[in-house]
Amino acid sequence: MTEALLQVEGLVKTFGSGEAETRVLRGLSLRMDKGELSALLGPSGSGKSTLLTILGTLMQPTSGRHTMLGVDLTTANDRALTDFRNRHIGFVFQFHNLLPDFTALENVIFPTAVREGRETAAARARGRDLLGRMGLADRVDFPSTNLSGGQKQRVAVARALMNSPELVLADEPTGNLDRASAIQVMELIGQINRDEGTTFLISTHDEKIAATCRRQIVVGEGVVTG
Amino acid sequence: MLYALKIAFRYLLSSKAQTALLVLGVALGVFIFIFMSALIGGLANFILASIAGDLSHVSIVAEVEDPALLLDPNAGQILLAQEKSAVRQAFLRDAAIYAPMIAALPGVVAVSPQITGSGFITRGGQVAQVAINGVEPGKESAIVQLDSYITAGSVRLGTGLTIIGQTLADDLDLTVGDTIRLDSAQGIDALLTVSGIYKIGQGGFDRATAYVSLDTARTLMALPQGVTRIEIKLADLMTADATALRISAITGLKAKSWTEQGAQVMSALQAQGQTGLLLKTFAMVSIVIGIASSLLLSTYRRKAEIGIMRAMGASRRFVVFVFVSQGALVGLLGGLLGAGLGYIVLQAFPPRDAAHPSVMPIDIHEGAFGLAVLLTVTIATLAAILPARAAARVDPVTAIGQ
Repeated sequence: MTEALLQVEGLVKTFGSGEAETRVLRGLSLRMDKGELSALLGPSGSGKSTLLTILGTLMQPTSGRHTMLGVDLTTANDRALTDFRNRHIGFVFQFHNLLPDFTALENVIFPTAVREGRETAAARARGRDLLGRMGLADRVDFPSTNLSGGQKQRVAVARALMNSPELVLADEPTGNLDRASAIQVMELIGQINRDEGTTFLISTHDEKIAATCRRQIVVGEGVVTG
Repeated sequence: MLYALKIAFRYLLSSKAQTALLVLGVALGVFIFIFMSALIGGLANFILASIAGDLSHVSIVAEVEDPALLLDPNAGQILLAQEKSAVRQAFLRDAAIYAPMIAALPGVVAVSPQITGSGFITRGGQVAQVAINGVEPGKESAIVQLDSYITAGSVRLGTGLTIIGQTLADDLDLTVGDTIRLDSAQGIDALLTVSGIYKIGQGGFDRATAYVSLDTARTLMALPQGVTRIEIKLADLMTADATALRISAITGLKAKSWTEQGAQVMSALQAQGQTGLLLKTFAMVSIVIGIASSLLLSTYRRKAEIGIMRAMGASRRFVVFVFVSQGALVGLLGGLLGAGLGYIVLQAFPPRDAAHPSVMPIDIHEGAFGLAVLLTVTIATLAAILPARAAARVDPVTAIGQ
């Protein structure tokens, strides 16, 4: 049996209170194994983004259990969650969300530098290597604001991989890209998944993008429906 | 935290115009602080030098002791009436022993044993009442800077010589080299030659003080040993109270600080100092408001970036450090710039020794440059705490969603 990377059981998340209370997740359960390349599908408002946020330890569920790498994350405090996130989880957002005052390389090595308190030569070397693999070797010292949309998203993928995380959560990573750039980014993700065994969970509305993943997880009404 | 410092630098450099304005604002506050320190301090020094510069900072004056009562007070009721005698002279018998001890105390610049009394100067048919001040030859300017007030003749005293004030000389139509007769209250007279004429600018001094040598005064006052008072000059007149206490403890004599007579001056200086402190506080408050509001604005502007940093694993402490560092850096830059500006501007004013009533008595040495920079960095750091805490509280989910 494949080793479980993460597991959520009976996940509930509500926003607001009283009459304004909205229940987004309604007892969602999910297991992901190491090395998975999964697409997270579902209509708007189904709870995909909320699930990604909780899996990324950026938000705590109202109730339910969330474990990853055997660690119960539902009871961890903010400091422990921050450290866990830095070491084990990478993020790719729809709008790349690079730091505008930083170069491509500085953006990529941020997760390591923030943990170690300085930019080490080793971190720079890995950052250059990752950017090279993303086809951006000639853009290493470019200010992030001078890159194209597709280049920015590839920098974001490199940044997500910087600390060699076990899980990368991608929220509509191709949603803001043209078809050619989208295909390029998905090919890179697939290659890293195959070569390094990094687990990817990609939230998308795009059936074609979802089809490139080995598993499709469908969320509807706050639970996994397929 | 080196990395947080790098980010702080990067943020400050990314909005150069805004940072430059902020640093200039801080520098202006620091400049005001330094200017006010130099002005208030310089003014206080000028006033003190003017008022207390020619005073004895600590004085030991012989006191008349009441004679012992030989009758037994238990024998019955005693009614005693004692007439104060103007002629009766009190004196410090052991002045010769104490003077070197006092001179050896830290901060003591000069010790001047003196014999003082009253008398009359007679010149032909004219008579003027004077205070006789006998000082040691060579120490004529130990307390009052007589050498700087001499308008004619010399400040040197010796046997048969006297130095008198300009007003007295004018009243009696005296010039250097003229001879006068000085009669003491003890009924002893001496013929003296005017060796110098001074003009201090204070009516009492210029009209009614005649300086003679200690030996001449000893003869005139019929005081074969001791002196009537010891006057002491200090390097820092603000230490007079402490020095007076110390002298009293060492000698057993009653030493009085000039502040006992100058209480009004001291309270005026205190009021002036408090006004300066208030103005300096306003300058510092303006720095706090400037930095806090600017960084708070930066927090809101960089909300999304803070969210990204938090998502990438930056701790709340790291975010706090980034923003507090920005405050400290602005404080340091503004502080150094303001201090430099203050130093350049204060150079334009005459130095401490050349202060004149017609010019603002600004003393560059009172500028408190180091304190201003240190205080600015400290308060700028403290001012950044509120925005930094606001930044650390940014919810990454909400921030990234924006």
